[in-house]
Amino acid sequence: MSLWSRISNAVRGERLNREIEEELQSHIEEAIASGRDPREARRAFGSALRAREASHSIRVAGWLESLLADVRFGWRQLCRNKVTSVAAVLSLALGIGSCVAAFRLIDALLWRPLPISNPSKLYVLSRKMIGLYGKPAEDSYWATPDFNLMRDAAKDQADLIAISDADRTDITWSTDDDMEKAHVVYVSGNMFPVFGLEPTLGRLLAPADDRGPGASPYAVLSWDYWNHRFGRDPHILGRLLHIGDQTFEIIGVGPRDFTGTETGTITDIFLPLNMNSFATQDNMMWHRSFLMLKPGLNPATALEPLRQHLSAVSRAFEAELSKHFSGMPQTFIDRFLNKKLVFYPAGAGISDLQKDYRRSLAILGLLASLVLLIACVNVANMMTAQAAARAQEMALRISIGAGRRRLVQLILCQSALLALLASALGAFFAAWSAPFVLSRVNPPDDPARLALTADWRVLLFGVGLMILIVLFLGLLPALRVSAVRPVVALKGGEDPHAPRRLMRGAIALQVAFCFLVLFLSSLFVTSFQRLQNRPLGFSTDRLLLLETVADKGQLPVIWNQTAEALRAVPGVNSVAISGWPLLGRIKINSEISINGAPPSPTSAWFLNVSPGWLSTMKIPLVAGRDFNPEDTSPGAAIVNETFAKTFFPGQDAIGRTFARGSNQPPYKIVAVTPDVPYSDLREPSRPVFYAPFDEIDHKSAPSTVDFATFVLHTGAQNPLALADSLRQLIAQRHNGLRVSNVTTQLDLVRDQTVRERLIAMLAAFFAVVALLLAGIGLYAVLNYSVLQRRREIGIRIAIGSTRAGIVRIVTLDVFLMIALGGCAGAALGFGAARYVASLFYQVKATDTDMIALPALAILLTTLVATLPAVLRALRTDPTVILRSE
Amino acid sequence: MPQSTDLLQGTLDLLILQTLTLEPMHGWGVAQRIQQLSEDVLQIGQGSLYPALYRLEYKGWIRSEWQITENNRRAKYYRLTQTGKKQLAAELATWDRLSSAIASVLGGAAEASS
Repeated sequence: MSLWSRISNAVRGERLNREIEEELQSHIEEAIASGRDPREARRAFGSALRAREASHSIRVAGWLESLLADVRFGWRQLCRNKVTSVAAVLSLALGIGSCVAAFRLIDALLWRPLPISNPSKLYVLSRKMIGLYGKPAEDSYWATPDFNLMRDAAKDQADLIAISDADRTDITWSTDDDMEKAHVVYVSGNMFPVFGLEPTLGRLLAPADDRGPGASPYAVLSWDYWNHRFGRDPHILGRLLHIGDQTFEIIGVGPRDFTGTETGTITDIFLPLNMNSFATQDNMMWHRSFLMLKPGLNPATALEPLRQHLSAVSRAFEAELSKHFSGMPQTFIDRFLNKKLVFYPAGAGISDLQKDYRRSLAILGLLASLVLLIACVNVANMMTAQAAARAQEMALRISIGAGRRRLVQLILCQSALLALLASALGAFFAAWSAPFVLSRVNPPDDPARLALTADWRVLLFGVGLMILIVLFLGLLPALRVSAVRPVVALKGGEDPHAPRRLMRGAIALQVAFCFLVLFLSSLFVTSFQRLQNRPLGFSTDRLLLLETVADKGQLPVIWNQTAEALRAVPGVNSVAISGWPLLGRIKINSEISINGAPPSPTSAWFLNVSPGWLSTMKIPLVAGRDFNPEDTSPGAAIVNETFAKTFFPGQDAIGRTFARGSNQPPYKIVAVTPDVPYSDLREPSRPVFYAPFDEIDHKSAPSTVDFATFVLHTGAQNPLALADSLRQLIAQRHNGLRVSNVTTQLDLVRDQTVRERLIAMLAAFFAVVALLLAGIGLYAVLNYSVLQRRREIGIRIAIGSTRAGIVRIVTLDVFLMIALGGCAGAALGFGAARYVASLFYQVKATDTDMIALPALAILLTTLVATLPAVLRALRTDPTVILRSE
Repeated sequence: MPQSTDLLQGTLDLLILQTLTLEPMHGWGVAQRIQQLSEDVLQIGQGSLYPALYRLEYKGWIRSEWQITENNRRAKYYRLTQTGKKQLAAELATWDRLSSAIASVLGGAAEASS
């Protein structure tokens, strides 16, 4: 008989008993049949009951049988208080689900190792430096010639790998007409072999593909792209892919789970580094550099000498480079050279998404766990109250011989049942909510993509969480129960205040957590509101943006003719051209030199705009005139107020000149405009100048433009309605111009606040849940306390206590606890707010309304939650109470 | 009725296993056989027989199945398994060692008292 049969016997205890009974019966019958006197046989057999009990305990896993009994009993207990049990399970499920979802996101973005060999030995190279505005900054991008020098210098200890960030690129598979977007990444040929990756199909890029510029027109598709774009077509090898004027041959498909090193973005196409024209430019820092330590080397000892070696190599390269900087102030060159090389572990991949969302996700995790804690405290309170109500039952159990271990098991079983039910529900919630949150992480047209697999890591976390909850919920009541002294309990109760004291402590804890959640939420929601309502200085109303490219470049006159054609379309009110849209992804700065002096330490952002751009954007002029068609760049400029204040303090800027570096042709300022946000809503105003769209070179000949954005003010409420016909209109002109992307200015502004919107939304959600749970908890505790003190209240009323006095004794200690919890929560809140201050916009934790808001919300909730209990206390009829006692 | 003797701890298992080497038997049969072979010296209390049988079955040394007895009644028959046979051999060896050890101790005592 195996352990399994003992376990199954435990489940079918009755049948087992019958079987044993039958066997013993047959024994006696056998004895009688062989001539024994029936009475003598039965007597010799002894106590049948004892024999059966002894036999039963051998054939059954006793622990399991008692466990099953406890589970059944616990289930009946839960069913007896249906409403509270359902509330407990739901609130726990919400907490568990939120925590698991937060863990899934955090794990997928920040912790999960890349599916490569030795991810723990992968590092990324970065440089700490002093940034543009004197603040510490980091530069993680490298020039390929610099990278090549470092790769050769490190080749004995480590493999250096160059990988560019994924760029959403226009690609075509056949003709120019079916242009589509794909995430393209340039990698050095050693990436696939060093990562130990094997092709699914064909071959992967190899070090041989690193030979000279443009010599390896080969492309490798990622498995994901091959799957969703080509339906795993086995004949993909050899197909041609066009990017700009380059053509690539597909040579292979990558391994199934490798999606690149940029966590949050799934790479579609891998191209050799040397196929990008940037790869030969000394001063184009455009790709990241990774370092894979050779096997057998200890990171603790090998990294630091390697870092110093590479640092020296890179510094020598940049010192050589800086010799060609002409007319740069020495401070600028010093800043350029004064960098510190650092290695960061990159086993989980490296991406901007990680940087942007690290703190946000930490806050999300914190809020989720606080809500779970609040829910746990609620349920623990409920169980403490139930345990107190069952003190007599427990005392009875102990006096008739129940082991204390068995009693602890009984209580833990009940909490395990609760946790199990809640976890099952929570798993569903997490399965839905993690992808939901992820889908709101990035702008809708380019969503963040993470592999949110439900693997053993998530399972382990979930099970661990559940065990913690079981212990948290059950241990305290269980220990209390097992400490019951039967004599005292059966005589009429132990200290009746003990459970209430415990529950009051729980209230303080709950209020502290709730305050923390509310406090952080109000900070995030206010940040988002202020950011969203920030005055822009331009109008986004009905503005359509056609981001257009000319693959071989096109003269400004062609661009202007196209704009003219667009103007003729019905429904289009005005059309202007800018180099790129405001608040888009592009920002370019320029040195500013006044009167031929060396460039000032402050640089300015700039944007090329056509005449009429300011009026199309509804940006007013403070002084001066708009560009006219004769203005060229260099030549005329319009500056914003910060530019005027920075470079011409206390003077009238109009009519003055500046140049983009010393010995450059001058720009004459023709107008001043108010400040408008340039590339980031959060940034304070920076100096910005607008230059005419028509650029000329040093021989005054017009120079070609590769890309620009048509800004259209349309008559329709939804500007995107016109997009398709306008795109076709441009294509039909066959002048080399092609619309690459269509968007609206409103969407660009909205995309700026995606992260703030997400955090504010989640924080508000958690705040509501926390407040609701805390309110329910408070109500339950007060109600229980009033019920328990019914006798005392009755006597007080009978001997003439006033109503105010009754209200005081019922609520005083609760309000004390709430005040205590609130203060603790505020202290915690200040600590937490310091950590995430970088996520706030024009909000400080010390603002009075940031504290007043949560305090008010808690106060209101308290009033609502205490009212029923207070009313019940006041309605206590002393005669009824005293008669019933 | 002859005097019955208390069994040494653990010897009941040995006796049951040994009894079952000849043929599968039901509980009553096992008790009877031990009583007969020991010439009524060893009487197995049913209170200890069945727990012992279940214990041996749990250890996997014997197996049980319901069969019809020679008296045409349903009864549970126990038979020795392969591991049971090995276990019996091991226990017999242990028993031999133990009994000879006890005998030599007692032999010395008999000499001393004589």
